[in-house]
Amino acid sequence: MAKKRTIRSIPQERTPVRELDPVERATNFEEVNCGYDESEALLEAERCLFCPEPRCVQGCPVGIDIPTFIQKLGAKDYRGAYDTIANTNLLPAVCGRVCPQENQCEGVCIVGESLAPVAIGRLERFVGDRAIAEGWVNVPLVEPNGFRVGVVGSGPAGMACAADMAKAGCEVTVFEAFHQPGGVLRYGIPDFRLPNSVVDAEIENLKKLGVRFQCNTLVGRLFTIEQMIEELGFHAVFVGTGAGYPTMLGIPGDSLNGVLSANELLTRCNLMRARDFPNVDTPLPLGKHVAVVGAGNTAMDALRVCLRLGAEKVSCVYRRTRAEAPARAEEIHHAEQEGIEFHWLTNPVEVLGDDQGNVRGMRCVRMELAEPDASGRRRPVPVAGSEFDFEVDEVVYAIGTNANPIIGQTSSIRLNRWGYLEADADLATSLAGVFAGGDIVTGAATVIEAMGAGRKAAVGMKRYLGLPSEEDAAAETEFGIPGGRRNFARVRVA
Amino acid sequence: MAHVTDFRYSIVAREDYSDVTFMLEVCHPLMARAARPGQFVIVMSHADGERIPLTIADFDAEAGTVTLVIQAVGKTTKEMQRTCRVGAELYGIAGPMGIPSPLGHAKKVVCVGGGLGVAPVFPQARGFKEAGAYVIGVLGFRNRDLIFWEDKFRAVCDELILCTDDGSAGMKGFVSQGVLRAISDHADIEEVVAIGPPLMMKACADATRPFGIKTMVSLNPIMVDGTGMCGGCRVKIGDKVKFACVDGPDFDGHQVDFDDLLVRLRRYKEEERVALERFNEDCRMRTVPEGAKVVSDLPRARG
Repeated sequence: MAKKRTIRSIPQERTPVRELDPVERATNFEEVNCGYDESEALLEAERCLFCPEPRCVQGCPVGIDIPTFIQKLGAKDYRGAYDTIANTNLLPAVCGRVCPQENQCEGVCIVGESLAPVAIGRLERFVGDRAIAEGWVNVPLVEPNGFRVGVVGSGPAGMACAADMAKAGCEVTVFEAFHQPGGVLRYGIPDFRLPNSVVDAEIENLKKLGVRFQCNTLVGRLFTIEQMIEELGFHAVFVGTGAGYPTMLGIPGDSLNGVLSANELLTRCNLMRARDFPNVDTPLPLGKHVAVVGAGNTAMDALRVCLRLGAEKVSCVYRRTRAEAPARAEEIHHAEQEGIEFHWLTNPVEVLGDDQGNVRGMRCVRMELAEPDASGRRRPVPVAGSEFDFEVDEVVYAIGTNANPIIGQTSSIRLNRWGYLEADADLATSLAGVFAGGDIVTGAATVIEAMGAGRKAAVGMKRYLGLPSEEDAAAETEFGIPGGRRNFARVRVA
Repeated sequence: MAHVTDFRYSIVAREDYSDVTFMLEVCHPLMARAARPGQFVIVMSHADGERIPLTIADFDAEAGTVTLVIQAVGKTTKEMQRTCRVGAELYGIAGPMGIPSPLGHAKKVVCVGGGLGVAPVFPQARGFKEAGAYVIGVLGFRNRDLIFWEDKFRAVCDELILCTDDGSAGMKGFVSQGVLRAISDHADIEEVVAIGPPLMMKACADATRPFGIKTMVSLNPIMVDGTGMCGGCRVKIGDKVKFACVDGPDFDGHQVDFDDLLVRLRRYKEEERVALERFNEDCRMRTVPEGAKVVSDLPRARG
């Protein structure tokens, strides 16, 4: 670098990203965020200060070496940038799109203290998309070690664990209950936010690593976790089945026709492609006015899906305010742009039905915020006498999930009191050789956190199998070189 | 590990019991080994198809096959009736799903199957027989021409009561009346298992309620994933909401809110009608040229 960058010398404005026109895009499933092109990415890369002690790396759940990848990107060494990211994150094209960067890397970016933070997520996506377009994948030169690893669930946690174990030389099979792999990336996140082609590309990369995917396989029922170890010859198993048991509100009218979980809505639309009914067989009729309860990312997806499926009016109903809404800032922004109505400080108390058992309306109560609760957010309390009705013919619950019971029903793995799998610091469960991570351990969280858990479990699994692990090595000092400084860059063959 | 990772879901046998009811045997050795009475599968017949739940009618661990008995009533099942020939493959079949029926220590049981429920109650009848119970089968059909599996049931039942709506075979009347006859013949019936259309299961539960006989029913609401993930199959059991796919499909019939179930089963009635009409129209067009493929490759208009 010729001259040291300072906060004054870098481009002051964050490079804007092109987006589809809100009116037009609300009628289709095209990806909203167009991503940076090369010149935009290079311009934004100039904004990184390459801090000697980068906080963004700590802010990243998987610890991507962000300054290095941005440096390589800025030098047009896109392959190098990809390799840097791929060392810790195998799904840059996914994470660049769906990570809540404002709470992670970008939230702690030093540039962000005086200007808008470096658009790390958009740069990551640029590199990830470039890698897909070029067909790059880092297949390490590893001798097969003879160990067989089974991964239960093909979502982000399972994919991350599978990749690491395959790179360590294990023979990895990923089992998926649905007919297509990808988990929440497939059935949950809609195309306008994460195109299926990106998920396909990332799964192809895993296949290039030698990972096998076996769909239509409901582990627990077709064979148990115990059978995988005892009869099917797996030396270790990772369970990443997701939370997957939607919460209903538990108010009168929950079972009316026209009340459904966001999971059902999204699965019908994204996985089963109900938007093409009757050219495909799965239907998803929506009324004129849809209300979605909740304000997380899933709620935003549900709202925007309903709009695209042709609902005339789509309303978000949330008992707290915009400030407490758990969704990514960009998602709320996009939803607002597209004309979603937001009803903050509003809580449903009853879904109203007609004599046919169909939804005809919803009774809500106004809320106000009291003192903070255990989550640190101000607790919403109802305002007495503020009930009001509004007309809706479809109600979608996007208020979170509970623990899916299948693994608990069919194995002796110890569960916690909420039904999630108990796991120690290494993500080992109470069964020898069985590790678990992602939503089935923590409850609903993010894609990147699930991936982080999958990778962490892989470290524990390698230790369990007695495989050399760079993470273990990195903790030690050898030949006077601190572990953290040692170069573990992969040999590139593809 | 080939047996774990190379599923093809081939149809190895088919038998048609009437112009609406047909039986498929699907090769799936692992599933044949894992299946227990009361469990179901989710079937997708082709890549654009829907995921439909079907109760497992029989399984043979030795032959490595799972048996499904299907009634062609809607678009998907009518299409399967046409396309699922021996040698064909299903696009997907996942399972076994649901909690196996708890075949307890009841010494005398009645296993009731009505219409599409006849086949799925068979594994339970056999299971009870193998557990040493005295098994009374009650099977209901609209008329004698629709009767199937009578011999299979006779082989595992100590008594068999056949009911037909028109009296053309066995006793004239519904299975709930057959249940009442069994109760009047045997004072010591400990459990009734009833599988069939919701109204039939409701009638059976109503029939046994005054006698306080435990009555289990198998619910088959609309499902998507079958793994607890979507909640579309939620049913009211007493004052609780349960997901039939992972909390069932067997529930205490005296606790089930059948009216709620019937309403929820109507959710997609209009879409089902549209799909079936289009399918029938499509079939009509296909019957003219012998090379049906040509027609199927035409872009289909949106209905």
